[in-house]
Amino acid sequence: MNILLLNRRNFLQTQVALVVGASGAVIVTDAAAQAAAPALLGPPPTALDTWIRIAADGSVVANFGKMDCGQGLDLAIAQIVAEELDVALDKVNVTMGDTRLSPNQGGGSASTGLRTGAIPLRNAAAEARRVLVEAAAMKLGVEAVCLSVENGRVFLMSDSAKSITYAELIGGKDFSTTLEWNKEIGNSMNVKGIAKPKDPSQYKIVGKGFKRKDIALKVSGKVHYTAHIRPDNLLHARSVRPPVAGAQPLSVDDASIAHIKGAKSFLKDGFVAVVAETEWNAVRASRSLKVKWSDVPGPFTGGEENVYEYIRQATPTASNAIPMFGGKKAWDDKPTLAALASSAKVLEADYECPFQSHARIGPSCGVVDVRGDKVEIWADTQKPHFLRMGIAKFLGLPPENVQVKWMHGAGSYGRSDADEAPYEAALLSQAFARPVRMQWSREEGTAWDPKAPAAIITMKAGLDANNQVNGWLFKAKGFNGWDVRFTGESPEHVLVGMLTGHKKWNAYNFNVPEESYKFNNHVHWWETVPPYLQEASPMRTAHLRAPQEMQTRFGQECFIDEVAHAAGLHPVDFRLKHLQDPREIEVVKVAAERMGWPNCAKGTATDDVYTGWGLALNAGYGSFAAVACEVEVNKQTGRIWVKKVSIAHDCGMIVNPIGLRATLEGQIMQGISRALHEEVHFDEKCVKSVDWTTYRIANLNDVPSEVDIVLINRPDKPIGGAGEPAIVCFPAAIANAVFNATGIRIRRYPLVAERVKKALA
Amino acid sequence: MPTYKLNVDGVVRDVVAEKDEPLLYVLTDALKLKGPRYGCGVGQCGTCTVMVSGQPMRSCVLRASLVGNKPIRTLDGLEKNGQLHPVQVAFVDEQAAQCGYCANGWVMHAVALLEKYPKATDAQIQQNLANVQCRCGTQIAILRAVKKARDNMTITKA
Repeated sequence: MNILLLNRRNFLQTQVALVVGASGAVIVTDAAAQAAAPALLGPPPTALDTWIRIAADGSVVANFGKMDCGQGLDLAIAQIVAEELDVALDKVNVTMGDTRLSPNQGGGSASTGLRTGAIPLRNAAAEARRVLVEAAAMKLGVEAVCLSVENGRVFLMSDSAKSITYAELIGGKDFSTTLEWNKEIGNSMNVKGIAKPKDPSQYKIVGKGFKRKDIALKVSGKVHYTAHIRPDNLLHARSVRPPVAGAQPLSVDDASIAHIKGAKSFLKDGFVAVVAETEWNAVRASRSLKVKWSDVPGPFTGGEENVYEYIRQATPTASNAIPMFGGKKAWDDKPTLAALASSAKVLEADYECPFQSHARIGPSCGVVDVRGDKVEIWADTQKPHFLRMGIAKFLGLPPENVQVKWMHGAGSYGRSDADEAPYEAALLSQAFARPVRMQWSREEGTAWDPKAPAAIITMKAGLDANNQVNGWLFKAKGFNGWDVRFTGESPEHVLVGMLTGHKKWNAYNFNVPEESYKFNNHVHWWETVPPYLQEASPMRTAHLRAPQEMQTRFGQECFIDEVAHAAGLHPVDFRLKHLQDPREIEVVKVAAERMGWPNCAKGTATDDVYTGWGLALNAGYGSFAAVACEVEVNKQTGRIWVKKVSIAHDCGMIVNPIGLRATLEGQIMQGISRALHEEVHFDEKCVKSVDWTTYRIANLNDVPSEVDIVLINRPDKPIGGAGEPAIVCFPAAIANAVFNATGIRIRRYPLVAERVKKALA
Repeated sequence: MPTYKLNVDGVVRDVVAEKDEPLLYVLTDALKLKGPRYGCGVGQCGTCTVMVSGQPMRSCVLRASLVGNKPIRTLDGLEKNGQLHPVQVAFVDEQAAQCGYCANGWVMHAVALLEKYPKATDAQIQQNLANVQCRCGTQIAILRAVKKARDNMTITKA
């Protein structure tokens, strides 16, 4: 396929889709698909043409309703589509996240990119192949069963000279074939045709390792990120935040920015912003603008020193036995408490988990062009269809007038700040009747994004006289995982919405671990606590990669080790004794063996460092991960270095082992980062984490000297999620390793050097 | 606003910029380059890095008005005759990017280091690149890529 690189002006002025796929970045005009786009929530899932199109040159466009957050998801989708269609991989281009082109598969969410997201693409591609083979049979005057396909060419098996290509059959035209849609919108959307997808035993492309083509573009400055979109007549914007969270602007002094050419202020209810003709002048204006703020008490009572006391004392806002996605479920802790009362030995521990920031490497950016009642949005949102609904509502326009085009952006990893700037740009574009580019500052990206909720995990266990577990209690009590919703589908879920009078919703969620271990008299539940500040808080909470799982598994997997020691068993043996699922048993065994189990030595020490290893397990997203870490703890400084990491990972059928390995390597470093460094600092008035010195993340000095990833492939099992299961394990695996090395149990992450040093003293 | 002449990737460009305007905004806003990007604005992450007279500089905290006629090299100009720079090739080989937003900082720092010290040790690489930030956690692959670039490269000073 020709690579057609248009200049930015053309790119913006023509209605085109940026296609980033297996064959690299190409820009394809697809007027037909756009004209056919229905009014609401993307194109109809019932049309095969929504999912698969064959271009005039025989290349394939697969319209995917999710987007790549940096793990090369589009390549895996291309592999699946190429496999079913019997075309070469580099003939498939995957479009993502354009509300005109993409079916609403829910966007980036819950590691569903492949495990649910690939299913309708697989079915649609299989159906497209069936339709094409039928059409070829008609043309060639033979029965379809006599035909086969290779590289997009349908041929007679008994005489391969008799053939016709996909391009000749349908290139550039519609399939006009109907699919059966399961009437679901979002992650569970599925479609089916008459065709049955291939049996995995026939796979030639799925399961093989391929490298991403977009990386060459990303390392050479050829990718359009949202930040690069600059339509003609653009205004640059910056917002202005209060010095004390919750303070309201009483007035702005326009004289304070009169010296900055073209700069204008904007004030609506609680939202203050500036616009200017150049980006630097917008920055200058945001720094110069004098705002009179209302005098309010600092909302974060006691600041960060008090956070765990705040959680302990708080009256719960809600509680449940399971995450709310599964509905309300009651629990009863009485049998457990009664069992504990009769135990020979009772163990109790509280584990403390911090607020963490998404802190995207590039803070939120959105470019919006409101022209009368029509709106164009460029954003690196994870969920374009929901952003479209929300901004339409915010501007008082019908959603069919609003289009969102997903762009590459800084890694988002959950309900980050990604949806914030696009909303703000939309409001300003409507007000100034010009396209607006809103760029958040570093300070906003770290201090004002939605945070992973701080929590305390309370664990209790009883052992009988024979050291058998006779009671097990898990309680998570923390800030709300749903303080703002997991999509930007309505204005109250973003700052500017709350600041302009959209009242926040009231819904509550947290998490409990999978019940991997079989214990008698076990009980699990969660409780949420009220937010410090109800509306427009910089400490509003939502999901960060693996929603509330790192917190809950930190408690569970550390306590497993503690109880194992109390029962006189090696933590690995203790796990194996209580695990039920053979896939969990296998990942634990494999990861442990890589660290020398069962012949493993105890922790060791030299004059300078303690050395030890620990393990943690996580099951979720249809996948299983065990992570083992060997750590060195510096005796003088308390600094932890994760020297070796072994991951045993089972996500069912593997689509692309190269991509999977890269995804896991990413989780190693982000996992180490969250386990050792990341915590949001704040005082009573505001968030103090505003940059990379006040919000530390892992750097090259944290890279392990040995990384050992074992991929367990199960082609007979469904594809599981791979973006989250492993990262969850890191704080627990590292804390368990620190105990093994030093004999000291640290029940709080991040395990920053100072905290470790204090614990060692 | 004052006008300046900037030597960017071998081409002298006339730009209009405020006296206190950081080079980053001139490169991205006026010259529409896509390599250097805003990440922190305080010189901590490296996402905005360019080379000025061969030295890696954080363009978000470097005033354009102070650059004078010193040659500026950017990610946008690394490719020569359709060939990626060996550092870029190594990043592709090792698939050393996830979202790729920070890639500019890593590539530019690695190019600056390896063009000056083609035989940089592992420790020197680690030390030189330790103050570049990646949020996706791609450091393992990045380190492999930079070492591979060193091993593969026959450096000729650009």
